[in-house]
Amino acid sequence: MRKTNTTFPARAAAASAALLSAGLLAACGGEAPETDQAAEAAEPSAAASVTVTDAWVKATEEDMSAVFGVLENASGTEAHLVAAESDLAMTELHEVVESDGSTVMREVPDGFTVPAEGSHELAPGGDHIMLMGLGAPIVAGDEVTVTLEFEDGSELELTAVAKDFEGGDEEYRPGDMGDM
Amino acid sequence: MEPKRQRLNRRGLLGAAGGAAALGAVGAGAAALGRGSDETEPAAAPATTVPFHGAHQAGITDDAPSQAVLLALDVNDDVDADRLAAVMRLLSDDAARLTQGEAALADADPELAAEPALLTVTFGFGLDLLDRLGLSVPAGAGPLPAFSVDRLEDAWSGGDLLIQVCGEGDLALSHAIRMLVKDSRSFAGVRWAQRGFRQRPAGGGTPRNVLGQIDGTSNPDPGSADGGEAIWFGPEAGALAGGTVMAVRRMRTGLDRWDRLDAVGKDRVIGRRIADGAPLTGEAEDDPVDLDAREDSGLPVIPTNAHVRRAIEAGETILRRSYNYDDGPGPDGESDTGLVFIAYQADIGQFIAIQEHLAEADLLNDYAVPIGSAVFVLPPGCEEGGWIGQGLFA
Ligand code: HEM
Ligand SMILES: [Cu+2]
Repeated sequence: MRKTNTTFPARAAAASAALLSAGLLAACGGEAPETDQAAEAAEPSAAASVTVTDAWVKATEEDMSAVFGVLENASGTEAHLVAAESDLAMTELHEVVESDGSTVMREVPDGFTVPAEGSHELAPGGDHIMLMGLGAPIVAGDEVTVTLEFEDGSELELTAVAKDFEGGDEEYRPGDMGDM
Repeated sequence: MEPKRQRLNRRGLLGAAGGAAALGAVGAGAAALGRGSDETEPAAAPATTVPFHGAHQAGITDDAPSQAVLLALDVNDDVDADRLAAVMRLLSDDAARLTQGEAALADADPELAAEPALLTVTFGFGLDLLDRLGLSVPAGAGPLPAFSVDRLEDAWSGGDLLIQVCGEGDLALSHAIRMLVKDSRSFAGVRWAQRGFRQRPAGGGTPRNVLGQIDGTSNPDPGSADGGEAIWFGPEAGALAGGTVMAVRRMRTGLDRWDRLDAVGKDRVIGRRIADGAPLTGEAEDDPVDLDAREDSGLPVIPTNAHVRRAIEAGETILRRSYNYDDGPGPDGESDTGLVFIAYQADIGQFIAIQEHLAEADLLNDYAVPIGSAVFVLPPGCEEGGWIGQGLFA
């Protein structure tokens, strides 16, 4: 089976390095970036400008789930979310599109953009952070930590609470990404 | 972006007693229910929300709105204290949002959250559950003994987790229950659901129950020191101070039998007049009950076994906030009505003393029979960011 590093080259490496302690369930919100590039930047990093509210994750007994919430950007510069990580699962940024008369989800080609002084909503039936290859069920009330990675290298940790939810079961069409 | 919805007239209109009275759809007369509530509301926009956060949980001392649904859940055996804490956080968050007119997280029908119509959500824990999880049971809480009048049915008794939902909006209630039960499914099943109603008199004042009696006249004033002490756990309860213990008693009323009584007979059962709720020793509803008054014949004016005499002579105070139920006539045309009798008190002993006294002798026993019974520990309220029951898990 072929590993599909071509579609997310930088991330595969980062994923193993940047696992955050699961016990660190800090409330959602901008945190000081930990990376060097961001610390040196003159402008506040994307992670420092973006807050996440109403984050939740779909409870599931399957090996896939998704994280939703609202990303708000307080700065005058757009924030470009390029990846997400979780120590629970493989993570991709997904969108939902029409295909052959049905809705399917697939990885977004270029991440999510949170406009300057604007927001970007992750919701069932729309953009979401996909969790794949979950090792254990997620039950209602669980808290799942996901780290968002922005283009400027800054990182933001969010805690999503698990809710039982019936919708958002779009078929996964990895397209030409190959077998996973 | 999810715009923060406007929160209408919160604390302002919902003072000691105002609350529900202002809801335009229900009563033109804005007089509040209950005691110690002589302030009338200005003709401002009606309040539509009851604050969720505060020292005490909502849904206890605020004016009872017209609808209530009580749910008792049985928590699965494999649920431990950590898991219960996690779901209480979740359920508290649902309640905090829904009662303020905001959709819950993962709300499949967010539009139904927009009009909360005085929605309140109140949580309580059954004693067995607290025991099972090794959580502390406050000194004021304890099980009820069997009372001689009890004809209890399992279908209406017990339960690990109480969710009391009250409000004026049928859809808001239905939606809130749907959300809360959905979020409970993974750790609990529904043991029973009891639906109750009250009808606010158009001119204001104390409502009547299914027996036609004006019911709820003599209740402690939660704002007074004595009243507060009768209702809430004190500082000795530690993290549970500001909580209360709740007795839910489903009481089936025998309306066919009640119908056979004439007006005088009905008055004597309670010791108050059906017509205006005044004690048989007074002229107006608020007149004192004079247990010593005698007829010329020497017999007590308020009969020896009248409900209020027996209740008063028990010497305890409880906060009653009961609802009626009507589950429709059966095939034989006999009605299935009664009270979802609800009492809150600092110590379950207060309730037991009264119920024991009533069981011993009470003319009302011929017309109302307890068929369901449950006791729940209601933790205090929480502040924003906190959740109901937090102190129990510390
Ligand atoms: C179907 C069942 C019941 C009905 C229809 C009923 C009805 C009434 C009515 C009409 C009054 C007089 C008005 C008022 O003060 O609210 C009253 C008073 C009262 N009832 Fe009941 N009641 C029922 C069950 C109970 C139970 C189970 C208890 C407690 C164990 C209880 C305790 C009291 C108390 C403490 C009072 C106030 C006495 C006073 O201070 O004047 N009632 N009830
Ligand atoms: Cu997806």
